Order: sequence, then structure tokens, then C-alpha cells
Amino acid sequence: MGNVDLNARIPNNVGLADDKRLLKALEHWLPLYMEWWNDMGPAGFQTKDIYLRTAISVEAGGWANFDYVQMPDYRWGIFLTPPGEDRTIGFGDHVGKPVWQEIPGEYRGNLRRIIVTQADTEPASVEQQRFLGSTAPSLYDMRNLFQVNVEEGRHLWAMVYLLFRFFGKDGRDEAEELLSRRSGDEDKPRILNAFNQPCDHWLSFFSFTHFTDRDGKFQLASLAESGFEPMARTCDFMLTEEVHHLFVGETGLDRIIRRSAELTMETDGDPKKVGGIPLDMIQRSINYWFSYSLDLFGGEISSNAANFFGEGLKGRFKEKNRYEDHVMKEGVKIVPNVRDNRIHDEEVPYRNAMNEVLRDEYIADCDRALRKWNRTLEKTGIENRLTLPSRRFKRHQGIYADNDFNLEGELISKEEMEANVTEWLLNDEDNHYLTSIMKQVVEPGKMANWIAPPARGINSQPIDFEYVRL
Amino acid sequence: MEPISFQTNPSKYRHWRIEKEGQVFRVFMQVDPEHPLRDGYDLKLNSYDLGVDIELADIVRRLRFEHPEIATLVISSGHSQVFCAGANINMLGSSTHAWKVNFCKFTNETRCELEDWAAQADVRTLCAITGPCAGGGYELALACDEIWLVDDGNSAVSLPETPLLGVLPGTGGLTRLVDKRKMRRDRADVFCTVAEGFKGKRALRWGAVDAISPKSKFWDSVGERIEKLVSERSGRAGRKGISLGPIPVVIDDDERRYSSLTVTYQREQRIAELTVKVPAHASSPSSSEEIHALGDDFWPLRFARELEDAILDLRVNHPGTGLVLLRSEGNLDDLIAWDQILLDCRGDWLIDQTIELLCHVFQRLERSSCSFFALIEEGSCFGGSLLELAFTCDRIYILDKEGVEIARNPFNEGLLPMTSGITRSACRLIGEPELEESLQGDFDRKNAIAAEEAGLVTEALDEIDFEDTVRISVEERASLSPDSLTGMEANLRFTGPENLKSKIFGRLSAWQNWIFIRPNATGPNGALTLYGKPERPQFEWDRV
Repeated sequence: MGNVDLNARIPNNVGLADDKRLLKALEHWLPLYMEWWNDMGPAGFQTKDIYLRTAISVEAGGWANFDYVQMPDYRWGIFLTPPGEDRTIGFGDHVGKPVWQEIPGEYRGNLRRIIVTQADTEPASVEQQRFLGSTAPSLYDMRNLFQVNVEEGRHLWAMVYLLFRFFGKDGRDEAEELLSRRSGDEDKPRILNAFNQPCDHWLSFFSFTHFTDRDGKFQLASLAESGFEPMARTCDFMLTEEVHHLFVGETGLDRIIRRSAELTMETDGDPKKVGGIPLDMIQRSINYWFSYSLDLFGGEISSNAANFFGEGLKGRFKEKNRYEDHVMKEGVKIVPNVRDNRIHDEEVPYRNAMNEVLRDEYIADCDRALRKWNRTLEKTGIENRLTLPSRRFKRHQGIYADNDFNLEGELISKEEMEANVTEWLLNDEDNHYLTSIMKQVVEPGKMANWIAPPARGINSQPIDFEYVRL
Repeated sequence: MEPISFQTNPSKYRHWRIEKEGQVFRVFMQVDPEHPLRDGYDLKLNSYDLGVDIELADIVRRLRFEHPEIATLVISSGHSQVFCAGANINMLGSSTHAWKVNFCKFTNETRCELEDWAAQADVRTLCAITGPCAGGGYELALACDEIWLVDDGNSAVSLPETPLLGVLPGTGGLTRLVDKRKMRRDRADVFCTVAEGFKGKRALRWGAVDAISPKSKFWDSVGERIEKLVSERSGRAGRKGISLGPIPVVIDDDERRYSSLTVTYQREQRIAELTVKVPAHASSPSSSEEIHALGDDFWPLRFARELEDAILDLRVNHPGTGLVLLRSEGNLDDLIAWDQILLDCRGDWLIDQTIELLCHVFQRLERSSCSFFALIEEGSCFGGSLLELAFTCDRIYILDKEGVEIARNPFNEGLLPMTSGITRSACRLIGEPELEESLQGDFDRKNAIAAEEAGLVTEALDEIDFEDTVRISVEERASLSPDSLTGMEANLRFTGPENLKSKIFGRLSAWQNWIFIRPNATGPNGALTLYGKPERPQFEWDRV
């Protein structure tokens, strides 16, 4: 790769041309990354022209250049949002001191852990979604899938940049590990469990981009507050792309919900007759992905979370604008916990409950989207409504993982959970049915029967624009 | 506070699950978070406290006597996410200094007994690690012969105490890491400052584990290894263990009465009197068959178990006692005869393990933070194994009077080594090697003067001096600084060369116990104090 002009190949605003160490690391890594992309990226579409958005600079308009691109030629760039005016640490024990441009040695371990955990999710979701192109309900959706995929790839670049630039040999080792783990692999699984769950049809894809990518929004936003400025600025730029992923998920589910309501009414309550998706199945998908995504926020009572905040590494969502006390040494948060087989309120030092604080923000955001979907249902005239399960329901991590709870968050027996689990969570039969109705639709502007068309196209193009040239 | 009991049995285990299949014994650590020994903390993520370790000690003890056919012991986790998070930090943070010290000592004694038993009984111990294994959890792994780690990108071994808690890594310090596993010191230095520890290949490359295997093949690989270890030890499959019943003890105010000994506490004087009663030889069995039939009622075994219980009770429930006066009651001929039965039946696993247990218990006594004086008077029977018990004491006073005698036997020549691996005779007479040499094979009875000349006692005192000297020595001893005495005794008791085990306790006592009282660990801004709290530690940077 020595002959390739990496600086030209990789759009960046990090002074790549002059950074020998970084260039050297990237020269080694780029072929490994391409090998991974070819093995694990979207299957069957690598040589197709796709109408994609590429970030080529951080200036207004520079981050959204639309053109036909073949995915392996996508220019995975490295961008940091330009520094803001206030360049002091915004929270924790170092509040008010200048932000760090290099990693403070004492926080090296924690920062590496934060970055590697975030970075691992980016390639993981590409792997989870790699076969979905062949069952896309429209060219519009197919293009959105690939847009999400290449941008997740770019987010991996953004994180790997931090590892290369600031963590030396350890960072290079970690970057290679990021390419050797595989979603769902028994021996080399991805770090976080939601990223090891199969995502083999489009109801799961939209649920994933809505619920699981939304965790990413909150994680990135709280890292964008970090006292370690390069990470803060990297994450801030990633957020601009993440918005589109959430849009894909939220509107995708909205379109399915609208269509399902219509088909339910047309078929007297059995949309399966015409290849539609029953609303209770959508509810089960919401329950499944919401509960898995809640796990991603980490333990409800966590000394890591307290340390990350105290050390100035990870703040709260919109820390600077939404909060007045940025130190939070005092104060408690009430966290319901189980003891002696009943739920009681426990006072947790506020800093130790930081994961829960962020989870609250996330749940509020999910609630907002849910209300929107219910308005969609209301407009169609159907009486069914969707709900979010309790945060205690079917958790795999944290203080609720050892007990069973129903959708309302009440303690139930293991037997009761087992008896209801197929009612409450996306099950094999659902997945089998969903896979059976998902057939690729390639005529521009046409939609599969189980989903409504979008309100508008991408980048002001019409809906029947040829988003993917097959 | 409720006194702590060290007695338990499998029907009461809360924190461990055990399974026996053929010659393989499996132990699963599965700590019940809601049942700590004391209130005030939860035992999350397979973290442990003294209560958890008391059960482990019971498991090891029962393996010794109840499961002699075992060829391999496999320790693994019954927790879905972790192997073991180590000693419970909230427990350490909230307990007194004395409690922390006793806790660390007991956990190490358990791990040492596991190691000793495995070596003596030729049982291979294998630790199969799935999930993170930190601090004292890794110390448990280090106590096994082989460490297997699943290579799943998540499971790791670590000693995070320095970066996270500001205390000495591992409940046994670092001795097992560098002296037992022989990890290179510079690599160990790196290992101990990386909070997340080493995973898979690096753990193997740097010698923190013996084998790694991907998740899909892990239990098959471990299974194959176990099969091989068992096939090399099939000869013992027909052995039948004995069962260890509860140890009967009668507790009256200041007295603790067992069948073979009594402990009387004189709280005001801060002393205790421990008197061993040796039964008549006429009641003894004469063959190993008869000993097996007696099981846990066989006097030497009963005595060893009772003495151990008394020592543990003294340590944890009577910290105010600074001096124990050891006496014996019985006939010297009887004692020598009891010893002879053991000597005659050596080679039988039950007898061998009984001797090993005596050895273990005597070592425990020697490692106790308490002064011990042996008083050899009329009616005493300090011979052989009991004389060895007297040798564990800091001083031995013998009454110079007709009929007061002691006698050595093979028990004083290597059957009951000290913690440091040498005989107490070699340790006592380190400056008089010719005298030590001349004693070898000398099993004659010795009166007070002869015993003094042979270097076997501190002082021989006649009837006029004995009572006064002992009284004054006792009163004087009880008035001295207990901290100074603990340090002084630990320095004097282990004269001579060291081994892995003596280093574990020596380093632990000197360093961990010092770090535990330093402000950087337990001061208001110390790392241990603040662990899990929202504030972060502030260190005093001066090196001491």
C-alpha cells in the first residue's frame, strides 16, 4: 500500500499528510480493513453503483456529498469537529482546567476501554446486516442500508484513528482485534451482546437502527462532552451521521406500522393473509430490541461510570447545556432494586448511577418516537397502540438480569416468564414468517407489500429515483 | 458481635456447588450475593468474604478425608458472567484492620492447604476460567496446578489491586505469581499495573495461564486433559473415604471444652490456657482397618480437628487474648504409643492424611498473632507429636522434678515440618548443628536438665523457681505491646531458610498489613476507602 497516496485516499482534517506515525499505522491497517469489508461487508453489492453521501470535509455542506459510488471505493475519512470556543473540561473533578490534547497516563486504561467498546459496535452492525441487501423492500431502503453500513465503517475509522494516534502499540493491537472479532461468533464474539444478535430481516433492521443505534447516539453524545478533546471532537462529528441512521430506523418502523394498520383493517385482523406484518409482531420486535439495547448502557450501579465521570472522560447527555452542577459529588439517585424478592427503592450516589441517568434520557427519547408511531396508528383509524416495556423487562446485564419481570416491570416467576416469552419477544416462528415475506423489490419507486412508501426521497430526489444501479 | 463459626458441611454451602463423578471432583464458585458473613455489603460477581472461604476450606478438608479416590479437582465458576471478582471490596473497605488481616491469613491458609493436600495426595488441581478472574480469584487459580483460560476476547486474569484499590495484589501478595508460576519480574510488574489484566494469547505468552482454548472447544479441551490426569491415577479408585462429623464443643462463659482439649480464657489477664488431654493407649486401635472403622473418632484426627477449631476461634473471636499457655495431661507412654500406631500404619492414605492434618494445624498455630508458652509440669505428656506442638511455642518451661520427662520420636525428625519446610529442631538449633545432629535417632526419655542440655526447652526450673518465674514471665508478656510482639514473634519463629509458603505469609504480614493501615489505602481519601464511591482517591505522594 506504500504507493497509494493515503492522504488523498483518506479525506481528513487531522493533518494526516504530516503525521508519519499515523500514516504508517494506516498503511498497515487499510489492507486489513479492506479484507474485512470484502469478507463481512454487504454481500453481493460491492460492485454496484450506489447513491451515497460521503463526508469530504467538516465545512457546512462538505460532510454531505451525494454521488454514485461503489462501496469499496467509498472514501472513509477521518474528521474531527473543529474545536469550540470553550476549551476547558466541562465536568468531573478536573472541571475548568484546560482540555487534554494528549491522553493523561493515569486514564489511559479507562479511555482505551471506552474507545474499544464503542469502536467494536461499528463493524459489528455491518456484520449483522450483511445479507439484508438481497431482501430489501425497495431501492430506497437498499440504499439507506448501504449508507448506514459505509458510515458505520467510517465510524470504525474514526475510533481507530484515536487508537493509532494516542495508544501506540496497544492501540494497533486493539485495532487489529476489532477486525478479528465477529458478530455472533461463538469464539470471537463482539464485546456487547446486542451486537451478537442476529438481524436477518428488515423488521429487525429497522428496530436495530431505531433502538440500538439510538444507544450509540447517547453514548457518542456523552463522549462528545469528554475532557479528552480529540475523542470529544471525533464523537461530535460521528453524531452528524448517526442522525441519518436513527431516521432510517424510526421512519422505517413508522412505515411498517402504517402499512400493517392498513393491512390489518383490510384483512379483518389478519395481515398475514396478504404478506403483511401483524402489529403484535411489531410489538414483540420493539420489546426484543429495546431490552437488548438497554443493556448497552451498563450497570445501574457502577463504579466505572462514577470514575468515568469523575475523571472527566464521559459526561452526561448535553452536559454543558442541560446541567448546572457539573461535579455532582453529592446527591443520590433513586434506583429500584430487588431484595428479598421484592422491588424497593435504593439510594445510589449520583455519580455511581450515571449509566442510569443516561438510560433515562434514552428511554425518554424512545418514548417520544413511540408516541409518534401511535399517532400514525391513530390516523389510520385502528384502535391498537404500541408500548415500551419496562426497563426491567428481560435484561441480560445489570441489577435486573437475575430476576424475571413482566412488561410492566413487576417481578414474576421464571415459570411465568417461560410461559409468556413467545408472546412478549420476537420468536422463531415470527422470524421464520418475516424472513419468508421479505423479497427483494428492485423496480424504482416500488415498495414491498408489508411497508408503506417514505414521505420523500433522499437529497430531494424523487422516491422512484434509481438509488442503486443493479 | 456473633462469634464466627468455622464449622460447616456441604448441606449448608451457600456459595459453592460441588459435583463428584468417578475420580473427578468439580467445585463451582457460585456466590450467593445476598448472604455475606456480616451485614453491609453484597457479594456481587462472585466476590468473596470470610464466609465464602470458610466453605472452601471445608471443601478442601473433606476432599482430604471423605474423597480419597479423587484424582483431579476442577475449580470453575457457576456464575454466568464472571469467574471471580476477588475479595469483596466493600467488605474490605468497611472492616477493621484486624478483620482484614485475619481474612487474608485464612484465605491464604486455605489456598496453601489446597496446594499441600494436592501435592501430598498426588491430586492434580485444574482451574478452568471463564469470564474475568481478578485479584483473589486469580490467587485461587494460582493455587491450582494448572490454569486454563477461555480465549473469548472477554475472559481475563488480572491483579488490579494496585491501580484500582491501592493495596497489595492478590490475597497472598505476589509470591505465587513470581515464585510459583515464575512469571518474569518485569512482566509481573506490567501485569500488576494493568487493571484489566491479560486475555487469551498474552496471558499464555507471559505465563499467567498454562493453556488457552477458544470458547467452542474449551470444555472439550479441559475434558480431555482431565481424562488424561485421571487415567494416570486410576489405582486409587477403590478407596473409601470416612465422613467428618461436626466437632462437638461445649462453650461455657470463658471455657471451650472439646473431647481432646480445653481452652480457658482469663480475659482480665488477656491469657488463655490450652490443655490437651491424651487418652489411655488401651483404648487405641491396633490396625489401619480399625482406624478406618473409627473414622473421625480416631483420637489423633479428632485432636487435630479440635485443636484447629480452637486456634481459629482464638484468632477471630478472642483478639484480646495475647498469650496462650499450653499444657498437656496424660501419660507419656500412652502418647508415644498413639504416635507409634500412626508410624506403623503410614502408607495408608487415612493415616498419612491425619499426619498431614496435624502438620497443617501446628503450622496454623505458629502463624497466629499470639504468644504461646508451653509449660511442662507433673502429669504432662509432651512426647513426639505433642512435643512438636510444644516446639511451636515461643518459650518452653519445664519443671525440674522427678518424673517430669519428655521424649522425642520420628515425629520430631521431619514428619511435621514448619511452614518454611524445615524441622522445628533444625530451626531451634540453627546455631548448634552438632547438637542437632547428635539428637537424630535419640528417642530416650529426658528429664528437665537433660532436655535443657539437649536444647529442647527454654529453661528448666526447679519447684521453687518454676511457679514464680512462670507467673512473672506471663504477667510481663501480657503487658508488652501486642503489635511489637506480633512482629517480634513472626521474626523469631521462622529462623532459617524460607520457602514459597513462608514467603507468602511473611510478605503478606509485612507488606499487606502495612499497606492496609496507610492513608493511601484506608485513610479518608484512600483508594480502598473510596472504591465504588463517587469520589476519587487522593494520594500522599511521599514514598515511605
